[in-house]
Formats: sequence, C-alpha cells, structure tokens
Amino acid sequence: MTRLPILKLVLATLALGAVQSVVLLQFDWFGDAASTATGPIDTLMDVTIVVSSFIFALVCVFLGYALIKWRAKPGDEGDGVPIHGNTKLEIWWTMIPVLIVVALAGYSWAVLDDIETKESNAMTVDVYAQQFAWTFGYPESGNKWAEGELHVPVDRQVIFKLHGQDVIHSFWVPEWRIKKDAVPGITTDAIVTPDREGTFQLVCTELCGIGHTTMRAKVVVESEEKYNQWVNGLEQEVPAFLMSADQALEVQRRAEERERGIQGSGVEETGSGNHAD
Amino acid sequence: MLLGAAFGFGLVVALRALSGLEIFQTEQTGYPHVVVPLITAPFGFLFGFGAFDYWFRWAAGKPTIPDDHADHGATRWQDYFKFNTDHKVIGIQYIVTTLFFFLIGGLLALLIRAELAQPGAQVVAASTFNGLFSTHATVMIFLFIIPIFAGLANYVVPLMLGAPDMAFPRLNALSFWLLPIAGIIFLASFLAPGGAFDAGWTGYAPLAGGAPLGQTFFNIGVQFAGASSIAAALNFLVTIITMRAPGMNLWRMPLMVWAQLATSLLVVGATPFVAGAQFMTLFDRVLGMNFFNFLEGGDVISYQHIFWFYSHPAVYIMMLPGFGIISEIISTHSRKPVFGYRLMALALIGIVVLSYSVWAHHMFVSGMFSWLRVPIMISTMLIAVPTGIKVFSWLGTLFYGKIHTYSTSMLFALAFIVTFTIGGISGVMLGMIPIDIHVSDTYFIVAHIHFVLFGGSVFTIFAGLYHWFPKMTGRMYDEKLGRIHLWLTVVGTWMTFVPMHWVGMDGMPRRVADYAAQYGDWNLVVSVSAFLLGAAQLVFLYNMIVSWRFGPKAGPNPWRANSIEWQVSSPPPMYNFDEIPRVVGGPYEYGTPGARHAIMGDDEGAAVPEPKPTTVAAS
Repeated sequence: MTRLPILKLVLATLALGAVQSVVLLQFDWFGDAASTATGPIDTLMDVTIVVSSFIFALVCVFLGYALIKWRAKPGDEGDGVPIHGNTKLEIWWTMIPVLIVVALAGYSWAVLDDIETKESNAMTVDVYAQQFAWTFGYPESGNKWAEGELHVPVDRQVIFKLHGQDVIHSFWVPEWRIKKDAVPGITTDAIVTPDREGTFQLVCTELCGIGHTTMRAKVVVESEEKYNQWVNGLEQEVPAFLMSADQALEVQRRAEERERGIQGSGVEETGSGNHAD
Repeated sequence: MLLGAAFGFGLVVALRALSGLEIFQTEQTGYPHVVVPLITAPFGFLFGFGAFDYWFRWAAGKPTIPDDHADHGATRWQDYFKFNTDHKVIGIQYIVTTLFFFLIGGLLALLIRAELAQPGAQVVAASTFNGLFSTHATVMIFLFIIPIFAGLANYVVPLMLGAPDMAFPRLNALSFWLLPIAGIIFLASFLAPGGAFDAGWTGYAPLAGGAPLGQTFFNIGVQFAGASSIAAALNFLVTIITMRAPGMNLWRMPLMVWAQLATSLLVVGATPFVAGAQFMTLFDRVLGMNFFNFLEGGDVISYQHIFWFYSHPAVYIMMLPGFGIISEIISTHSRKPVFGYRLMALALIGIVVLSYSVWAHHMFVSGMFSWLRVPIMISTMLIAVPTGIKVFSWLGTLFYGKIHTYSTSMLFALAFIVTFTIGGISGVMLGMIPIDIHVSDTYFIVAHIHFVLFGGSVFTIFAGLYHWFPKMTGRMYDEKLGRIHLWLTVVGTWMTFVPMHWVGMDGMPRRVADYAAQYGDWNLVVSVSAFLLGAAQLVFLYNMIVSWRFGPKAGPNPWRANSIEWQVSSPPPMYNFDEIPRVVGGPYEYGTPGARHAIMGDDEGAAVPEPKPTTVAAS
C-alpha cells in the first residue's frame, strides 16, 4: 500500500480554499448596509464563507485525488485494499468539526448579543402589520400614526414593537439585516440602529395571503431635525381598530378599572390580559 | 368509495336536517358536506378494495380466509393495481406511484418558474401562485421523497435481511394504498372553491385557519400520508428487529438497513406531531375550536413548535435513507469495505437523537422566547458533525479502492457528495442566528432546501433506482442515457439553485409571485435552468420505461456486490429464498479472500470462514 502524499493534498486544499475564499469575498453578498448591525453580521458571514471554502475545498481535493489515483482500469475485476477503518482518524474527524462548529456558534452568540444590546436613548415605534399593509405609530410623539411610510432618525436606536393584526407577517429591511415576525396575540421586538440616511424598502417576508408579494412599505432614514419635522406634522392618533389585541385589551382593562375604581380598589391586577379567562 | 362518500354526505345532510340547521353550510372554512365525505370516501375505498377483509373477519370471529399467497408476485401489469401483500410488488407500486407524483410536483415547479422568469405577472394570478408552491412542496415531500424511500426500502430491506417478506404484509399493503388517497386529496383541492390550499406546505396558523376550503384538503391529506408513513415505519422496525437471518447481528447489517432503522425511529416519533398539528388546524377551522385563534386565547406560535417538531426530523427522514443508499453504492463500486462502518451506523443514530433537538432553528425570527435560540443554534450546528463523519467516511472508502465509474448509480453517488456538501454548509450558515435573521424566509432558504432535497435526497434516489433497477426488473438500463440524465441533472441543479442563494442574500423574499427588477436576470437563468432540469427527467423516464421492457437481461449480480439481495435471481423468486440464508460476516468484505457475507441455501457445502475483525488500522 502506497503512502498518501498528505502534505501535497493539504497544500492543494489550502490553495483551493484560499482561491475560493478570495473570489467569494469579492462580493457584497448581503447587499447595501445601512445599520450598525451590518458590520458584525457581514463580518460573521465573511468568516463563515472562508471556513466553508476550506471545508468544501477539502472534500473536492480528496474526492478528486481518489478518483484520479484509484480509478479502476477497464476489465480490472480485483478488489481494493480491505481497510475497515482507522479509529484514530475517525476520532480526529469527529473532534475537529466539533471544535469548528462550537467556535462558530460562540462567535455567532457574541454577534447576537452585540446586535441586540438595548441602548438607553432608544426610541420606540409601533409597527402594525395587517393584510396587506404596514402602519406605524409613534408613541413618543403623541401616539401619532402614518400609513405605508416609516420615518426614523439616523444614528439612534429604534425598538420596533411589532403587532400582527390578523395573520403572521414579518418585518424586514434588507439593508438593516434585521428581521422579526409580527405575531397576532403577542408583541415582538426588532432592534435596529440605522446609520445611513436614505430611502429603503420594508418587505413582508412571512407568507400572509394573496397580497403577500405586494406588502411593502417605504422606509425613510433622515436627520433628527427632518424626522422631528415630519413626525410633528402627523395629525391623527393611532385608531383603536389598528391596535393589537394586547393593546385593545389593555385599553378595555383600564376602562373597566376606572369603573371598578368608583367602588374602591383592592382587586389584584390580572396581568397582561392576553389570555381570555 | 362512492358508498363511503355517499355515506358521509348522507350523514351530514341527515344530521343537519335533524338538528334544523341549514343543510349546506358554505362559509369559507365550513363545508361539512364536503369535509365529512372527504374522510369517509377513502375508508369506503379501502373497505371495497379488501384492505380490511382479513382483520374484520378475524375480529368478528368469522373464519378468516387463509392466505394462500395467491396474491403474491405479479405476473401481469394489471396485478400492480390490486391489493397485493408481496413486499416486492408493493415496493414497485410505491416507486411507480411516487415517480408519478414527482412528475406532477415537477410540473407545478415549472409553472412557478414560468411565473418567476421575469418581474411582473406572467402566467398565473397571485392567488393561484400561492396554491402552486404550496402543492409543489406538499406533493414533493409527502408523496415523492418520503414514500419513494419507503418503496426502495420495501423492495430491498427484506432481501438484505434474508427475510421472506416484511413482518406485516397486510399492513404493508395498507401503507401503500393510503398514499394515492393522500395524493388525490391534495390534487383535488384545485377543484375546491377558492382554489388549492395556499398557506404554504407549512400551513402556518392563523393564515391556514381562515384559508378557503382547499386548506381542509391539506389537513386531511396529511393524515393519510402520515398514517401511511407511520405504518410503514413500524413495519420496518419490527422487520429489522425480528426478521434478520440467522447470524445477522446488528453489526453485520448493511448500512441501508441501519439507515432504514434510523429513519423509522424518526417517523414513529415525529410524524404524529404533524398529524396533531393538522388535526388542531382542522378542528379550528371546522369545529370552531381555538387552538391557534389568538382572539380566543389561542397561541399562534405553538403551531410552529408542534409543526417543526415533526418537520425538522422530516428533513432527516428524507435524508437518512439516502445516506444508506450511498454507502451501499460507494462500497460496491470502489470494491472496498465502508470506511469506519460502526461509526457510520452510530452517526445515523446520533443524527436521530440530535434531530429531535433542533426544530426551533426554523423559528429564530418567529418571536418565540429568546432564550431557546442559542441552545438550538448549538445543537443545530452539532448535527453537522455526524453528517460530516459520513462524508469523510465515504471519501475514506474511496481511498485505496478500485473505483468503477461505469454505472450511473456510482456517478450520482459521487455527484451527491459534492452537491450535498454545499447544502450542508449552507445549513450550518442557517444555524448561525445572526445570519439566519437576515436570510430567513428569503430565496437563500429555497436554495438551501433544494440543495439538500434535490442535490441530496433526489440524487440518492436516482442513485438507488439505477443501482437496484436490474434487481427489480431483471434487466439493465442504458448507461449512455443514464450519463446524459446525470450530467443534465447535475448542471441543471447547480444552475437552478446556486443563483437562488445570491438573490436571497441580496434581499429577494421567498413565496412571492413578483420581485424587484434587479433580480430579473438571475431569475431568468434560474427559470431556464429549471426547464433544463425538468427536461432531463424525461430522459430518465424514457430510459426506465424502455429498459424495463426491452433492456438486456441482467444477471443476479451485475455489480458484483456482497449483500444478500444480489445473491438471488433478478428479479428474486416469489418468496425470496428457498432456504433462509445464513449470515457469516460483515456486508462489505471486499478485498478479503474467502470472506463471505452470507451463505445461501443452495451452496450448503461452502466453508464457513473465520469471522474477520471489523476494524483494521490503516498504516
């Protein structure tokens, strides 16, 4: 049995992996970037692409080598060398992948913590998703609302409170890299710090019915002054029919409380009122 | 069947008349006069077909009609349309039926690609479009990939075990006949008012809860497909555990059998969850229950937990049998034992265990409790390890072998290794939460799942069909046509699904009938390639049909393989073996002079060689 040219195979793998990495890193896979989350996420993706390139190169080089080296000649009816395995090698190719994926998982976890850290000066925007339109409420500006057009200031963290009105929708601005479902019955959060001014598109990414394809909204990221000007120009408050079940029940609960309050308090709070009882 | 349908229809009309309700309730999700017959008609069909004859006679204390095995085997093509309890006939019934649904699913896919070839509306309306991709996925998953593996295994596993048939032949026949029922129900939904079910194959609540009548067809069809799967898996478990030939201990089972064992463990554990999820949706829709109705305190996200608790393991239900097939083919055609056989078997079991702990990676952006995300990310990424072991072991099997590439099955196996590696790598990417947050529900997901299910499962299915075609039909297929099919399929697969990654990462969501103009060029490439891929399958069909009829006769063992199914004639005799074989060694003893896997009844005099150690260190 001939010895394997291990060194040559490893070098070939490294070379092919390096070429693939270099070629693949030339592209902006995730498209334009317009939030602080894009840096860590895009770097994570680049690291993953490099690791993946070497793994794919490993498979290709070893497969290719085996096919060239041990391809049977026509008419050769003999058998290969009866090797049943190699325990040491098998332990290595179990443990090394474990280390690689655990390292990548740890890195991902760190990135996740990074992009989800809340800042003290964050502002809140309510997002109401219904078949097949987006509406936005500004609770910190007198609960004013606007339809089909989202304005946020640049360089300030925004916590989007997502309220699904009928079925599940999903809030995604590709340039921000952040996505979260708007689920009826509960309120979910999406945390974004836009860091580039411009006009983007908000896309619904969870199948929500016939109009799913067209469920888009305009997103405008602008300077603080322009934003303030715009939000102060809004006139109407968020109407009751738009509120999430949560918010509607909350309003109802407060009304009931006011009524009970006449007869004196002492009644335990019943929590969010999300569950019908 | 008509009797069953009439019974159901009559029952509803009678009960509604008695209770003074309007006889035909046609609210969007109601239609009891359609829903109840939809359940009773299939049972009527099965009764009429004789599926329950034996069991009912036995239960009623009547003399049973003893099985004289007159219904075994198939001598004419008409025999394939009968209730037959022969595992070889059932295997072929499975394979032909599922290939038929593969064509239907493929046509649906081509309609989708025709619509998506250019931005704007082309071929179908938005509502029809949603129905198209929902039925495409449902048909491909429930009626092609999952059952065709059951069909292949049905044919070869009893032979590999040295068993005369499956453990429960009547249950086996029933498993098969539930399938066309499920298929007809899914496709019949196109005729329902409001069109086919259009909430995706995932049928998420609450969208599915309020969808038109077609959704009910989905809920009920899944029950029949699921029952078929579960019954078949139980049958495989009992067969593999109790019907191995003397001497066939667990460590002498071919990896195809190990894979079927692992898959069956997944099916019996996980499939009841999808059945449960669909029953809950059905009850929400038809009976006014509120499992997922958020206005009445239902919990929307719990649907996803129950659904994915099945549907992630389902991905492995669609992959593990393929792993088994590839192990058989690579070992046979490189004339070498499978490298690290025991670790290969353990890796299968490792995947089974881990795959129950990764379901929520489909839900990283769903708004579920956030603490679950990181543990699920870690288990998701760890499941790549046993899968990696399998890839490395296949490569190890090739080293120092004598690799024969004359057969299309081997070429598909090699193409599978490369293509599946891509699908595996993108799977690890999707396991990483920050990346998943961006690409979730985009075309990246579509690309990944097709690399795994087409480049993975379907390649292994082709490999397996080519590999066992001579055994099943007794004839050889045309290798030249096989190669044409191979290359068109490989090129078509890569050209169709690689650009999907790019447009997805760049911002194109999935499940849309229209998209921004900037994605137009790549989508045109994808659509053209998809039609190429579709056309390639016609070559395959032509090859299979013509070779079945006119192909040159195959000997019992054209690939010079070791496992038991190749030691009997092609096709095997009606009861498989005149005498049950004795197993005396591992299944892949290539290269060891005198080593045998099994001794057949007719060479009784053969010497029993010393058992060989299963692990030899390579220098």
